[in-house]
Amino acid sequence: MPQITYRQQDGSTETLDVVPGTSVMRAAISRGVPGIIGECGGQVICATCHVYVDDEFLDELPPMGDEEDEMLDTTASPRDPRRSRLGCQIKVGPQLERVCVEVPAEQESW
Amino acid sequence: MSAPSPEPGIVVVGAGQAGVQLADSLRGAGWTGAVTLIGAETDLPYQRPPLSKDFMTGTAGEPLPLRGERFYGEAGVDFRAGVEVVAIDRAAKTVTCSDGSVVRYATLVLATGSRTRRLAVEGADLAGVHELRTLDDAVRLQGALAEASRVVVIGAGFIGLEFAAAARPRGIDVTVLEFAERPMARAVSPEMSEHFARAHAAAGIDLRCGEGVVRLVGDGRVRGVVGSSGAEYPADLVLVGVGVVPNDELAAAAGLAVDNGVLVGEDLATADPAIYAIGDVARYPSRHATGLSRLEAVQNATDQARFLAHALVEQPHGRRYETLPWFWSQQGGWKLQIAGLAAPDDERITRSDDRSFSVYRFRDGELVAVESANNPGEHIAARRFIAAARALDPGLVAEPGFSLKAFAAQAG
Repeated sequence: MPQITYRQQDGSTETLDVVPGTSVMRAAISRGVPGIIGECGGQVICATCHVYVDDEFLDELPPMGDEEDEMLDTTASPRDPRRSRLGCQIKVGPQLERVCVEVPAEQESW
Repeated sequence: MSAPSPEPGIVVVGAGQAGVQLADSLRGAGWTGAVTLIGAETDLPYQRPPLSKDFMTGTAGEPLPLRGERFYGEAGVDFRAGVEVVAIDRAAKTVTCSDGSVVRYATLVLATGSRTRRLAVEGADLAGVHELRTLDDAVRLQGALAEASRVVVIGAGFIGLEFAAAARPRGIDVTVLEFAERPMARAVSPEMSEHFARAHAAAGIDLRCGEGVVRLVGDGRVRGVVGSSGAEYPADLVLVGVGVVPNDELAAAAGLAVDNGVLVGEDLATADPAIYAIGDVARYPSRHATGLSRLEAVQNATDQARFLAHALVEQPHGRRYETLPWFWSQQGGWKLQIAGLAAPDDERITRSDDRSFSVYRFRDGELVAVESANNPGEHIAARRFIAAARALDPGLVAEPGFSLKAFAAQAG
């Protein structure tokens, strides 16, 4: 089963086994991993499922679309030019059996 | 004998997008007192927007919760599912629930949302006639859609058109009947309505505007819909999407002012300083609108919740909710995004290219709203630009090659 590991800002980690096709956003919300909100339900209209992907997985990720690129300019925590992605756009499965992401400090600015 | 009653805290009525966000943001803002969240539905609170989109096309699988089940325990939120608040006693500062329990509050937040408007015509209760708001509605409708061959959608608003666009690719005949002269008349300009009317026609959806509904016909199960023109549209599945009405009866019964929603000020408080309203049910004076606004949107619900959580915890004086409203709808291959609130008389300037279409709305020379179809970069730029009340010459927008994103960056 594909695995997603979430690392919080305090260094704690949590690894979930998920069914193929599950996104980093959906898995986190369904299982209650803190710090990922997914307010628009995966429509690439908000930026509240922002994650920093660990370096070793960057080459395996699906390419970034224009919409995701636009939304990443609106994240509450600073965008990392290489590692920032939206969790709703990263699905695990045959192309990506395992991925580790860092959960940013903020998803919402107020 | 009774347990010592805990210090009254913040009681939130309604566990939709607004209520759940408020509970979460209260903890985020540092509130350590009691939070009680009371919701009428029995399911774990879930996201509604996907129900008429990915969930209906079958691409989303399971419904998406607003928060994982463990959130409520970890955040120390006393979540009561399947419980309705039936009365507010403002003098005693208590609410009475459908399970007989009485909960004390120091602060009460009404996030009771809205419910679908019923169609008051003959045959509206026939089998095969659906509405779409709750997860139960969506599950029933998804099941019915698998058996359907001719669908009639009543109402060309966001929900009706999203559903129509999700149903059509299954090879189902889809007819949409709209009483008004154009689709989404309440939400967008005539030019954007026209753009979407064409897009849906190109997808093979039969959109009939200026066609009201006189009655639904059938023999126990719906067989067709009779329009105001006299035409009968055959159907084995009907979706009624004629808007929602606010759940403001609880507030009214408690003597609070209601008028198409619970009336609140810029601080989202009712006339009772211990009671607030947020989300679909709240009607408030927005600095972005010409009159009172009652908005049915995720952004409105969550931003009002975030604002109120911080206001309740930090207790600043005179803080106003001023966030720019924005909206979205996904209809087949077209993503509609609206930044700001336009009034019918606001000036309209259209832009289009081979991939996108936009309408810029100006009031007294100021940009107040931008409607974008398939142009998320423009939408984001518009949200920032309008919120900052920046100046833009309407004449520039009409020039070829204009880009709000580039203009905003350059004018910096």
